[in-house]
Amino acid sequence: MADICSEFLGIRSPNPFWLASAPPTDKEYNVVRAFRAGWGGVVWKTLGEDPPIVNINGPRYGAIYGGDRRLLGFNNVELISDRPLDLNLREIKQVKRDWPDRAIVVSLMVPCEEAAWKRILPLVEDTGADGIELNFGCPHGMSERGMGSAVGQVPEYVEMVARWCKQHTRMPVIVKLTPNITDVRFPARAAKQGGADAVSLINTINSIMAIDLDRMAPSPHTDGKGTHGGFCGPAVKPIALNMVAEIARDPETQGLPISAIGGITTWRDAVEFMALGAGNVQVCTAAMAYGFRIVEDMVEGLKNWMDEKSYARLDDFVGLAVPNVTNWQYLNLNYVVKARIDQDACIKCGRCYVACEDTSHQAISNAKDGHRHFEVIDAECVGCNLCASVCPVENCITMEPMTGGTDPRTGQPVVKGYANWTTHPNNPNRVAAE
Amino acid sequence: MSQKKANIAAGRLSAVEYADNFTDLHAPLDDHQALIEADRCYFCDGAPCTTACPTGIDIPMFIRQISTGNPKGAAATILRDNIMGGMCARVCPTETLCEEVCVRNDAENKPVKIGQLQRFATDKLFTAGAQIFSKGVDTGKRVAVVGGGPAGLSCAHALARQGHAVTVIEAHDKLGGLNEYGIASYKTVDNFAQHETDYILGVGGITVELGKRLGDDVTLGQLRSDYDAVFLGLGLGAVNALSLEGEDLSGVLDAVAYIAELRQAKDLAKLPVGRCIVVIGGGMTAIDIAVQTKRLGAEDVTLVYRRGREHMKASAYEQELAQTSGVRIKYSAKPVRLIGEGRHVRAVEFEYTQPSAKGERFVLEADMVFKAIGQKFVAGPVTGGNDVLELEDGRVAVDNSRRTSLPDVWAGGDCIAGGQDLTVAGVEDGKVAAAAIDRFLRGGAE
Ligand SMILES: Cc1cc2nc3c(=O)[nH]c(=O)nc-3n(C[C@H](O)[C@H](O)[C@H](O)COP(=O)(O)OP(=O)(O)OC[C@H]3O[C@@H](n4cnc5c(N)ncnc54)[C@H](O)[C@@H]3O)c2cc1C
Ligand SMILES: Cc1cc2nc3c(=O)[nH]c(=O)nc-3n(C[C@H](O)[C@H](O)[C@H](O)COP(=O)(O)O)c2cc1C
Ligand code: SF4
Repeated sequence: MADICSEFLGIRSPNPFWLASAPPTDKEYNVVRAFRAGWGGVVWKTLGEDPPIVNINGPRYGAIYGGDRRLLGFNNVELISDRPLDLNLREIKQVKRDWPDRAIVVSLMVPCEEAAWKRILPLVEDTGADGIELNFGCPHGMSERGMGSAVGQVPEYVEMVARWCKQHTRMPVIVKLTPNITDVRFPARAAKQGGADAVSLINTINSIMAIDLDRMAPSPHTDGKGTHGGFCGPAVKPIALNMVAEIARDPETQGLPISAIGGITTWRDAVEFMALGAGNVQVCTAAMAYGFRIVEDMVEGLKNWMDEKSYARLDDFVGLAVPNVTNWQYLNLNYVVKARIDQDACIKCGRCYVACEDTSHQAISNAKDGHRHFEVIDAECVGCNLCASVCPVENCITMEPMTGGTDPRTGQPVVKGYANWTTHPNNPNRVAAE
Repeated sequence: MSQKKANIAAGRLSAVEYADNFTDLHAPLDDHQALIEADRCYFCDGAPCTTACPTGIDIPMFIRQISTGNPKGAAATILRDNIMGGMCARVCPTETLCEEVCVRNDAENKPVKIGQLQRFATDKLFTAGAQIFSKGVDTGKRVAVVGGGPAGLSCAHALARQGHAVTVIEAHDKLGGLNEYGIASYKTVDNFAQHETDYILGVGGITVELGKRLGDDVTLGQLRSDYDAVFLGLGLGAVNALSLEGEDLSGVLDAVAYIAELRQAKDLAKLPVGRCIVVIGGGMTAIDIAVQTKRLGAEDVTLVYRRGREHMKASAYEQELAQTSGVRIKYSAKPVRLIGEGRHVRAVEFEYTQPSAKGERFVLEADMVFKAIGQKFVAGPVTGGNDVLELEDGRVAVDNSRRTSLPDVWAGGDCIAGGQDLTVAGVEDGKVAAAAIDRFLRGGAE
């Protein structure tokens, strides 16, 4: 059976599934329950200086739902740990002693002054924790005080704080990045520059979940007013995947270890991030939505998948998808696909038809001999994948590559080989094809 | 067979049992259930369900409106095409209409519960008491609608919306037709038929004359001269006879009449019912009388149908409902004789019709025998005087616009030839006829 033991920055854990710094890791009680359930590690809820911050007493979470009220995403306006520093440190020490085989990384956020970091680092070191994660991501509350994403959005600060930490502790340093930035590669480069051992991403995304139309105020509200909170959960996974990939394939940060976070709910989500170069993953929303037990399936599912694919260890597949992420201009323009509708699987809802007919290329017919029947008109199909995207039946519509002959839409022969935009005659900046 | 007195009694059950047995057959969906169910709709293009609905309700649209939190819009979508969308949601055999063709049958053998969602949306509107229709600008034209059943009320409502002055002439002392007197009581609880009727009349511009019968109190000729157009929604006034020895014995009853009595009963505990019941027939009426007598506390109810299961007019779903209610269904047997004891029926003798047992006979004991072998049209009022309507197969002949052989007379519902004998079909007839009458009154092309 596959070995899923993980070693990230030298920190060992029995599996690559850590709980991200958040309510699930806010205290001993939760973390012990998580370890009992099988989680490989935790990043403890972010610690700050005493006196502890205060949280609002109104609602902290908002949610967005899909069909069947399935949770697609949360947002929150919770701050860092509101418990005394000493209490957190004592609990961390105790749990690490009781669970030596599990990873415990401590998340930190103190003011952007060297002295503040210098003060707290030895206290954490004393707990026996395996490493620290610098919270440069919190998009609400702390950022207004010049911490959290207010630091993460300025690469120079990121580099500076990372450097202080590397100077003042022997523990591995992970820099947690905010997605509330135009190009995530810049803070990642800064973290590396400052000597950070790894980056973790993404933190939550600035968001307002809904407007209560009776109150004319954000929902949820505190006494009639709401504020932007951090968005997370399955809905943010695509954004997180892209940001992880950007860092993994950036020549300047290539090889920098990544701990991936963002909408990870199943073993499959985790594998996707790891295929994009993440050494391990962190989970928050999925655990908050379903409880700690989901890790059982994550562990099982990962092992079964690895066995099926004959991967013996995590390293065997980490990063395998990175070379296949490219920029648009390098996509092969000679690759021509046409939609195909599997008539046996088709339930005749007509969704593909109306989507293509109303909003795209009029490439699906809806009747044959007076009966409902949906078929692709190759002479119109641009292969855009819209029909397959809206089809309620999995694998009913597939995109089939043409391997020769003439594309009935363009009248052009389908040629083998590779040609991209950089050499295309319509490109004013084309370079000569070699 | 032992000698015994017919066992017919009232009050066979406790008050709680009566209440349980005659409560809603399907509990209405609550908000949460409705949202979950609405999410199952794929919002099909050119949806098969809409095509299958005789009134062509835009089903994907109203379900989408439920899921977006717009139940009033959902109800309006329904009622615009089918003013009795509330009743139809309760009584339509959806398993052979909209739900039969739902693409979810192909996907996972389980259609979206369209009928239940339709009830959810319309109930919301009725509960809120919001009237969404109003009468049109007065055209000065007058139309007589004879019969206050689904066909007549649907026609009257549509005409009023167009601004015509409508008079509904109804022989009974209540409107609603079989909605009020025929539909099984567990399908339309809490006096829903009258609430719906009130909602329909709420459009304004409709005058109602109760207790007035075409043929007795007024003639078709009089109506034609007093009104600019006439619509007939007379339903079926008589039932088919068995034409067998013993049919005149007491205890041999017309199912439709007994159901009417049941529907009007103030206290079900006072309604006498036999211990052993035999029902003869194979349609909705047969199922309904069997199930309802069983629920009134009859011990043995046997429904006997002359042909095989697959020919039965009642759908597989209805047959199952009867069976799960404790009714025994015997297929392929026809009655040959009703056996009396004194003046009262005691048993029915049947003969098998399937080839394997042809000619073999059996006897079923009965305290009450219900005839449910079809209703028929009473043509007297429309064939008696100088104004004679053409008939077809014993019912009123109409064209596509539901116009009869007389140029200013339209007809719809059960009384016309070629119909489906369903509430929803009557509603559609009334709607189609109203559109044609409106064109006629405005002098437009037919
Ligand atoms: C027992 C039973 C159960 C049924 N169950 C269902 C069901 O579950 N689902 C379903 O879809 N359908 C069902 N049906 C059929 C459905 O009820 C009818 O198809 C529908 O009611 C027909 O509507 P209508 O307006 O044509 O006639 P009716 O509903 O019969 O209304 C006719 C009206 O005209 C009046 N009238 C008749 N003659 C005159 C006259 N000379 N002058 C003045 N007024 C007159 C009557 O009093 C009556 O009010 C059932 C029928 C029966 C008998
Ligand atoms: C297939 C596709 C193509 C798009 N192309 C453009 C574009 O060319 N220019 C642009 O400004 N936005 C483009 N958008 C973004 C949309 O205008 C819109 O901002 C975005 O989809 C979010 O809105 P929505 O999710 O409510 O549809 C595109 C969106 C889609 C789905
Ligand atoms: S792939 Fe795009 S263009 Fe082709 S049929 Fe599907 S929706 Fe239409």
